[in-house]
Amino acid sequence: MASVDSSSADVIVFSPKASKPPPATTVGVLGWFRENLFYSWFSTALTFASAYLIYITLAGLYQWGIADAVWDAESRRQCLDTSPHGACWAGIVTWFNAIIYGRFPDAEQWRINLGFIILFLWMAPLWFPRLKGKVGVGITLVLVYPFLAAYLFAGGERGWFMQFMVIFAITTFINTWLHIALSLITGRTLKEWIVGLTGFADKHERLHKYPNLGFTAIIFAIVFFILNDWSLLAVNTNLWGGLFLTLVIAGVAIVTALPGGIVLALGRRSHMPVVRISSIAFIELFRSVPLITVLFMAVTMMPLFLPPDVQLNKLVQVIIGVCLFAAAYMAEVVRGGLQAVPNGQYEAAKAMGLTYWKSMNLIILPQALKLMIPNIVGNFIGLLKDTTLVSIIGLYDMLGMLKATGQNPIWIGLHTEPLMFGAMVYFILCFAMSQYSQSLERKLKTTL
Amino acid sequence: MSDESPVAAAEEHIASAISDEIVITFDDVNKWYGEFHVLKDINLAVRKGERIVVCGPSGSGKSTLIRCINRLEPHQDGHIAVNGVNLDGSVKNIDAIRSDVGMVFQSFNLFPHLTVQENCTLAPMWVKKMPKAEADAIADKYLARVKIPEQAQKYPGQLSGGQQQRVAIARSLCMNPSIMLFDEPTSALDPEMISEVLDVMVELAESGMTMLVVTHEMAFAKKVADRVIFMDFGEIVEENAPGEFFDNAKVDRTQLFLSQILAH
Repeated sequence: MASVDSSSADVIVFSPKASKPPPATTVGVLGWFRENLFYSWFSTALTFASAYLIYITLAGLYQWGIADAVWDAESRRQCLDTSPHGACWAGIVTWFNAIIYGRFPDAEQWRINLGFIILFLWMAPLWFPRLKGKVGVGITLVLVYPFLAAYLFAGGERGWFMQFMVIFAITTFINTWLHIALSLITGRTLKEWIVGLTGFADKHERLHKYPNLGFTAIIFAIVFFILNDWSLLAVNTNLWGGLFLTLVIAGVAIVTALPGGIVLALGRRSHMPVVRISSIAFIELFRSVPLITVLFMAVTMMPLFLPPDVQLNKLVQVIIGVCLFAAAYMAEVVRGGLQAVPNGQYEAAKAMGLTYWKSMNLIILPQALKLMIPNIVGNFIGLLKDTTLVSIIGLYDMLGMLKATGQNPIWIGLHTEPLMFGAMVYFILCFAMSQYSQSLERKLKTTL
Repeated sequence: MSDESPVAAAEEHIASAISDEIVITFDDVNKWYGEFHVLKDINLAVRKGERIVVCGPSGSGKSTLIRCINRLEPHQDGHIAVNGVNLDGSVKNIDAIRSDVGMVFQSFNLFPHLTVQENCTLAPMWVKKMPKAEADAIADKYLARVKIPEQAQKYPGQLSGGQQQRVAIARSLCMNPSIMLFDEPTSALDPEMISEVLDVMVELAESGMTMLVVTHEMAFAKKVADRVIFMDFGEIVEENAPGEFFDNAKVDRTQLFLSQILAH
């Protein structure tokens, strides 16, 4: 090593070399083709063989599904007479409404559409960048929106509790969108506006909640005044079906699985023996039993544990069963995430004086859940597809409706086309979730 | 240590401002990991403003000793009191002590999902319920003090090891602790980054902070420590003022240890 003696006259001055660009032999489209498809005579042969295989598959599918397909027919007989080797999409067109809404009365289907539109509008703020108060929006989405949706879908008489929750949900929705509109247009939050307008701006921060509460109360009163006597026709849940029912079951299960899984995973790692053992027992029991068994037990055995005068609804029983099952699976995913967080993070949080729940909420869970996004979304996708099992115990979810299509006397024997259609719908839903999870991962990526 | 060391041995020992008030006491403390007896009959009293360097071979119990002070490790026998509060397993006592005792770890343990600024403001806001503006001001002050105010909006993963460790020190200081614990703060750093961390620690010592430092940086010990403690096999083998300790060790085990680490 050279001597670093500053008194010496002949010190060698070190300066780093300038960076050079990489060699340019493999860039460009042609370069990519040469590199990946026609690298040698063998890879060239494989490329042509694969291209041929793809061609005959797609050509056959095109011939059956588009070229020879029948879009307009009265019955399957007519389909076969028109084009014996083509797809009979006319059946799907005729049954489309039933596949989406089940046996929900035609005149009331706008309620389902409205419910899902409100859902998307409620979720939309979560995707706006740099909006304050997103956590609050997310929490109300999970805790308040379901009551509004439940009433829109089921209708009927409202008890005082349902009355309160429905009006509260509408109030929250109006508040949220006022907040968004004001934030996006003026850059000030709704809270800041109200505090400013009521002259509370110069008062202590602790007092700022009162004008906000007052504002919420006024909106609540207005909504109450308008909607007090409003009611919707009751739609019995045995008329619910199709894609709508699939989304209701999967949606409730997805929303409850994560918090349920977190609670169970923390319970399993708890130092308190009763909490730990009961969490382990629950998780292992539900994970060791097939979902279809859980569903049968939910429908046949749950009444045995409840007082005889409790009226049970089959859909509610099924949803409870799916939720418990999903929570048990999610618990193990979350536990994996908790174990992947280095021990030093727990120690640092402890050493700063954070309590158990604060260190979990602020330090551990955000990291654990971020690490587990692919697994969590994978579980959600599995859950959405698992809901098809409810068709076995007599609920007409989308798969149930698709099967019913081929059993109808006019369309009897129409099995392939409904299943193709169902596969496409499931693919769109699952692929969308998968893409969303990947974009979420990219967005949350911070160098570890 | 070579002569290029940032804290050269030739520099004189910085003045200490030790008061008579005792802030940490260990009273016949014993601790076991399962069957393994890791701390044996530890007795120690630390006075306010005192700076103690703990050294010893791996597995000697030196890290365990300082981790007992904020009860990251519970002890099974004897008494430990910090600022007059007995560490007896009561959750309230532990939380009170932890918010008053800062700790810096070998592996930094910054929160990777939060920015440097958020790392610093988290505990003041959530433990001390400080308004955000006030916590931000304190974070700015201490980030400036550890000489990285310009990195506040970056994530820990974007910083070098030395910068991360300085953030960790600033993060602890934001809680305005009365005692600072350092668990081998420079052991995970590249040689070129050790000095920037030690410089910050020397400045902290000059400000009169009570410090317990587990380290192998003997030049730092000579310059800063009021007392050096040598541990082996879970016992305090020797404790002495740094001058005595390095030039005139009384126990043969200490002499052997010093001859090995100072040999090159």
